Amino acid sequence: MRDKLQVSLQINGALVQKQVEPRLLLVDFIRQEAGLTGTHVGCEHGVCGACTVLFDGAPVRSCIMFAVQADGHEITTVEGLAQSDSELHPIQQGFWEAHGLQCGFCTPGFLMTLVPFLETNPDPTEAEIREAISGNLCRCTGYQHIVQAVQKAAQLMK
Amino acid sequence: MKPAPFHFVAPDSLEAALEALQQHGGEAKVLAGGQSLIPAMNFRVMQPAVLVDLNRIKALQFIRPTDEGGLRIGGMTRHSAVEHAIVVADRAPLLHETMPHIAHPQIRNRGTIGGSLAHADPAAELPVIAVALGARLKLERASGERWVEAQDFFQFLFTTDLQPDEVLTEIEIPPFPDDAGWAFIEFARRKGDYALAGVATWLRLDPEGRIREARLVFLNVGDIPVNATHAAEILQGERPDASLFKTAAKTAAREIEPAGSVHASPDYQRHLARVLADRSLELAWQRAASRQNHA
Repeated sequence: MRDKLQVSLQINGALVQKQVEPRLLLVDFIRQEAGLTGTHVGCEHGVCGACTVLFDGAPVRSCIMFAVQADGHEITTVEGLAQSDSELHPIQQGFWEAHGLQCGFCTPGFLMTLVPFLETNPDPTEAEIREAISGNLCRCTGYQHIVQAVQKAAQLMK
Repeated sequence: MKPAPFHFVAPDSLEAALEALQQHGGEAKVLAGGQSLIPAMNFRVMQPAVLVDLNRIKALQFIRPTDEGGLRIGGMTRHSAVEHAIVVADRAPLLHETMPHIAHPQIRNRGTIGGSLAHADPAAELPVIAVALGARLKLERASGERWVEAQDFFQFLFTTDLQPDEVLTEIEIPPFPDDAGWAFIEFARRKGDYALAGVATWLRLDPEGRIREARLVFLNVGDIPVNATHAAEILQGERPDASLFKTAAKTAAREIEPAGSVHASPDYQRHLARVLADRSLELAWQRAASRQNHA
């Protein structure tokens, strides 16, 4: 029997408690144990950014952290962005309006990277936006519409 | 699940962590930021039996100015904390300039300065900066502590003087001289990727404008950070100009031993190192001269 450890953490404000093996990655905990599949598993070694979540408010890659390390911490995923089912977060609205996605696989990671970025940089330049999203890969858009979506979102958040 | 099974301990004191390492010896691996270790575990390249997680030890996360004008940085201090600390920008401008080159914002929120030094990736920035700045590293084990100079710490690819029962707890950076200018330049195929080559440079000017002392340390062109001492000798005592910098850069390019990779031949890495060295000397000189004028 492999040892399991008790994990108790907040995800989008809700307490989640489970017994898990220490080798369970945080992203797999979020998807399989908490049932929140908005966080995507891409490269699984910290390159693509698809699994980005907020860990105590700061964007991190949840595929290169263990769930047991999140014990006692607060996680925010893409499901935690919108205030209700009928209304989008401004960053989501920006992506909607500027066509900042095509297949959408990378989008949750982009959104979670950008929320704290826009909160601390309400009026970013294009260069700052491109720097901020340098750790997120998108295979569809060519990034141009993502940059425009961030500019749109920055206006909406004012 | 991606990684192989392991036993996990996450002590909240350094003493408890050192005890765990003493108890498990070579079976245990220290988990700092995990931004290199966990990918390696996901690939099962690394399969430690025990992980000793240092993330709950708040006492290892600090940036403190020293009375002499330098800095002491705790081993578990996140890259993002170093990147945004004003005291680092003031006292270690070369380190400050380098931080944004380390991977991506998400990685810098998690990765730690001690973890990067202990991992000793030849393509990483911080080992090069530690050697360039003459940093000292504090290594602690249950039975005591010792200090090691950064230049003696790195031994081979991913291999350091750190023993299995030791933790790198602190980095001491000496004061950066008032008469020195600095530059960090690297070339990577994409922003945030490991660089094909890079160099950390500083030079000091005497009151007559001659070079008092210089140092160039390269990344990813050898098994460990490569300190181009012959290039530094060529610069010492000379009046800086473009042709001197070109000569020194050429000498430096002969001192390095690039291994080459699928992304760059050794010749191309040598070319890059020469061009980057030349540019870094020019920039370091401008900054030193500017500081001299403002003094």
